[in-house]
Amino acid sequence: MAEITSHINNPGYSDKSTPPELRKKVRLSETIIHGFLFLFGSISILTTLAIIYELLKESWLFFREVSLLDFFTGIKWQPQIGEFSVWPLVNATLMTSLIAMIFALPIGLMIAVYLSEYATPRFRSTLKPVLEVLAGIPTVVYGYFALTFMTPLLRLIFGAQVVQIYNTASAGIVIGILILPLVTSMTEDALSAVPRSLREGAYALGATRLETAIRVVLPAAISGIAAAFILAVSRAIGETMIVSIAAGAGPNFTFNPFNPAETMTGYMVRISGGDLSYDSIDYNSIFAIGLLLFVLTLGLNIISQQIVRRFREVYE
Amino acid sequence: MTSNGHLTNGQYAIEVKDLNIYYGDFRAIKNVSLAIRSNQITAIIGPSGCGKSTMLRSFNRMNELVPNSHIEGQVTFHGYDIYANDVDPVEIRRRIGMVFQRPNPFPKNIYDNVAWGAKINGYKRDLDDLVEQSLRQAALWDEVKDKLHQNALSLSGGQQQRLCIARTIAVKPEIILMDEPASALDPIATLRIEELMRELSRNYTIIVVTHNMQQAARVSDDTAFFNMDEDRAGYLVETGPTSEIFTNPKDKRTEDYITGRFG
Repeated sequence: MAEITSHINNPGYSDKSTPPELRKKVRLSETIIHGFLFLFGSISILTTLAIIYELLKESWLFFREVSLLDFFTGIKWQPQIGEFSVWPLVNATLMTSLIAMIFALPIGLMIAVYLSEYATPRFRSTLKPVLEVLAGIPTVVYGYFALTFMTPLLRLIFGAQVVQIYNTASAGIVIGILILPLVTSMTEDALSAVPRSLREGAYALGATRLETAIRVVLPAAISGIAAAFILAVSRAIGETMIVSIAAGAGPNFTFNPFNPAETMTGYMVRISGGDLSYDSIDYNSIFAIGLLLFVLTLGLNIISQQIVRRFREVYE
Repeated sequence: MTSNGHLTNGQYAIEVKDLNIYYGDFRAIKNVSLAIRSNQITAIIGPSGCGKSTMLRSFNRMNELVPNSHIEGQVTFHGYDIYANDVDPVEIRRRIGMVFQRPNPFPKNIYDNVAWGAKINGYKRDLDDLVEQSLRQAALWDEVKDKLHQNALSLSGGQQQRLCIARTIAVKPEIILMDEPASALDPIATLRIEELMRELSRNYTIIVVTHNMQQAARVSDDTAFFNMDEDRAGYLVETGPTSEIFTNPKDKRTEDYITGRFG
């Protein structure tokens, strides 16, 4: 700064007071709007905090009676006789989610590759809204679709003795249909975000469309695709209506997808809708399970953000 | 066919007859006829938007990746019509490679960037050898030989562009198209690319689009000057040996352009 001040003969610091026309003005409307926007911004944060507070408070009532050790060991959830192992519920949730992902990931990926690499713009603009209609169907409709269409279909294929009326396979597949639009549209976004220049680089080497799509575009979009998949998993884990209608209404520790099993969300719905008194241990247990569910999906969301950040390729 | 699988070389590698290129209803190139000499560097110059890149992209059928584009007229490669119905565009692009304006290495490591094109084209011999040769020809080997498995995006812009040239060489094309290959690079990197072009012209036919006239004058053997008319359709004004175009242009418009009076 010395060089600069020396140009103007080093005037030193001014001690003149600010004239009125240069003074800060109070702009009332600015302040009000600012406060207003801040208020609305805070609402979402406060809501989250309130939910966490409620979950923690009620779970604490539960964990006063049941130790964490009992909660996370054993394979029986039978509140009537004091068995509080969460695994049957977690297992059922993982089963339905896994089945949903096995169904939705490959199909969603293929649709997305088709849309972004093969389809004409005109076809794409027709198919995307159709897919989005799938996302707009209420989940209760999906639930009955699972119970009255998917389950009979499975029984037809695998036999009525093998497939129970309520089963995780049917619920899982229909959750897969539910999250298909999510997987497809996020994957397609990730693929479309890959710069055209990369595709041209591949074509200019004599690559075919398939080679370009699978070996250049897909790897370049992998972070976005992984994030889409993880978001889809957390959506599947949190799905409630379909599983409570079609998966079964009783905790059951089983790895057979054709047997009934109650998921975490399914259990919560059944207990909260039932006639249990508010301060019973059964009632408090749904908050403990809710907390676990919250931690699971939060964890998955954090992982997905990390993946996006870590593996994002930076193009000019 | 010669023993190395290349089509026999005549005097001209590419000949263009009465070529019109359209994007939808818009005519980007109007009635161009042009011959590109084998194993020479041909520069395509002209003001922005006159269809230089479109012209270049018609030589390896990259244009048809743009929806709604179509051509009229003929482009031949050693006498064969590359737009004939039974011609495989994938094979054309393998034989007529392309380097783009901005370096566009794949998000893979350096080695795979060079090896990939050869691999998908069924190269069966020693890949390590091919990668080294290609990188040496692209004057990049010494800079990257110790970090072949690093991500290509970690290289500088100039290095990335030479990597793209190496990757093009690795599939053994006969012609290399370059679309303003140095326009995103600093002067030193530009100079290296130009030296490299001179080096490569011993084995390849090179066609380079540039808006840098000094560059055209420095590196090319032949120059084609394009201009555009009122409806923005690009047309060929004149073509000939670079020395003549730059010192003794036949057309007034060429003279105005190269002396910097417009464009």
